Amino acid sequence: MAELKTTEDQPLIVVDKLVKTYKMGGETLHALDGVSFSIRRGEIVCIIGPSGSGKSTLMNMLGCLDTPTSGSYLLDGEEVSRLRGNRLAEIRNRKIGFIFQNFNLLPKLNAVENVELPLVYRGVPGRERRKLALEALEKVGLGDRWKHRPKQLSGGQQQRVAIARALAGNPPILLADEPTGSLDTRTGKEVMSLIRELNGIGHTVILITHDLSIAEQSRRILHMKDGRIVDESGVPS
Amino acid sequence: MMIIQSVKMAFKSIWASKMRSFLTMLGIIIGVMSVITLVAIGQGAAKKVTDQVQRLGSNLLTVNILGRGSSTVIDYAQAEQLAEIEGVSRVSPVITQNATVKYGTESEDVNVTGTTRDFLDVQHYELAAGRFIGQVDLDFRHKVAVLGSDTAETLFGGDRAVGAYLTINGNRFKVVGVLAPKGESTAGSSDEIVIVPITTGERVFRAAGVRTIYLTVENEKEAEAVSGRLENHLAKIFRGDTNSFRVFSQQELLETVSSVSDTLTLALGGIAAISLVVGGIGIMNIMLVSVSERTREIGVRKAIGAKKRNILLQFLVESVVLSGLGGLIGIGAGIGVANAVSRTMSIDVAFSPDLLLLAFGFSMAIGVVFGLFPANKAANLNPIEALRFE
Repeated sequence: MAELKTTEDQPLIVVDKLVKTYKMGGETLHALDGVSFSIRRGEIVCIIGPSGSGKSTLMNMLGCLDTPTSGSYLLDGEEVSRLRGNRLAEIRNRKIGFIFQNFNLLPKLNAVENVELPLVYRGVPGRERRKLALEALEKVGLGDRWKHRPKQLSGGQQQRVAIARALAGNPPILLADEPTGSLDTRTGKEVMSLIRELNGIGHTVILITHDLSIAEQSRRILHMKDGRIVDESGVPS
Repeated sequence: MMIIQSVKMAFKSIWASKMRSFLTMLGIIIGVMSVITLVAIGQGAAKKVTDQVQRLGSNLLTVNILGRGSSTVIDYAQAEQLAEIEGVSRVSPVITQNATVKYGTESEDVNVTGTTRDFLDVQHYELAAGRFIGQVDLDFRHKVAVLGSDTAETLFGGDRAVGAYLTINGNRFKVVGVLAPKGESTAGSSDEIVIVPITTGERVFRAAGVRTIYLTVENEKEAEAVSGRLENHLAKIFRGDTNSFRVFSQQELLETVSSVSDTLTLALGGIAAISLVVGGIGIMNIMLVSVSERTREIGVRKAIGAKKRNILLQFLVESVVLSGLGGLIGIGAGIGVANAVSRTMSIDVAFSPDLLLLAFGFSMAIGVVFGLFPANKAANLNPIEALRFE
């Protein structure tokens, strides 16, 4: 399949029989128990489930932070389930934009420096880096706040800086883990509409949440329970 | 590129917590400062001694005659013949005796030296007034004397000495010259001296034979070779009894001095190096705290694509910048303290650029060695757990 990776019709993500087990004491815990699905370019997909359902584990797999015990994960035409350490870091850097629940901005850096960070690790030279970062901040409507430190920004603004950081490297996938979890309802809605907007201009978005009202904003919802996908609502477009 | 970025980040994070950074560096600062100060004082002392030795001239050879009895003593004429040995330029045989010197009511016990014309050049004296001992004085055993500047001052006060008469052990001597001041030497003041012709001295002191001969060599690089020829020649005179005499070169003396001062410097440096290592442990301690404080930051950096070596480099550079900065401050403080000590206690200090570079390099190396463990710990953090860390 690898040779087909340039084809636009090719699904961006193909997950096949993904299994992740943890050994806790003497027992083996199946955090993921044979998960299979695929996601196309430009889709917005929500993964929903109660805590302990395995959605965090799945997010770690999709985000290339962890590797599965068995099964395959084809990301943008590349098999990544058997990669280790530094190769995974490279994949994360190029293919995935993380949006965290608690923003995870570095407090000592200002907004634009935070947004630049993925480009630093990609080795983009300073001037170009600054240009790309400012463009990303512009996209989330914070072009004039680039000098501010995270502490000088509101929660919603911080999350938007974090989204700019995820966008800066122009990765094919935005992976958002409870992006509105630390925000009040109104700001949460604003952030969600920004994410939908980004989806509208072609970014593939994976949302992970336990909040149904958030989940309902995406066309396709994967329900997880006990390490499996138990239900899928919305038709893959 | 990555290194410059890391150095920038390191400075930023050091500056962000100035007080803590300073306290962390303090160990290194004190360590480097004590290395610089102690070694500067040690080297200053060594330099002072070396300078004194060199003022005598490193082309100087000294022969001591140890033998007893008339058969194992060489006389003035034999000593003068040493000038014919290849490479020897001047010879100055010397006999010395403590004697009471009187002028009017003033009297003083001084070292009376019987010697020849070349003494002036060999010992680097200069005349302040009058003349020195000449060949005629030697040939006819004239009772003439040349005074050191201190002795002249004590006995006469001022320069009225030339032309006056004084008595040495009851014999009348005419003062014909006064030497210019020369200063301290390792063997005490060289300005308290009375010089008489060696032939006169032999008679007055009833001392047969020469005990000490000073020689200068034409080329100081050949001092060792000349010293060897001298030993061969003397061995013939003493019929193979090499225990009856000894030949010293200034070079040997210098070597002794420098080996003593090297040992001293090494000991001082060693003690100070221990405090540097202690400072390094301080840095490691703070770096470990810093790694655990910044676990979340490390997690974020890893999640957005930092590789192991990026994180390793970041923390390593930070600890090297800390220790290097401490080293620089320590060098500055060390130079300041050493200069202050030298001014208040009038001790000579000497700084060698090598030492300053070494101290700086050593403090950087401390940063690498003691930063490696915390940096490695940071680099090996699991990004998932690091992100979850509160």
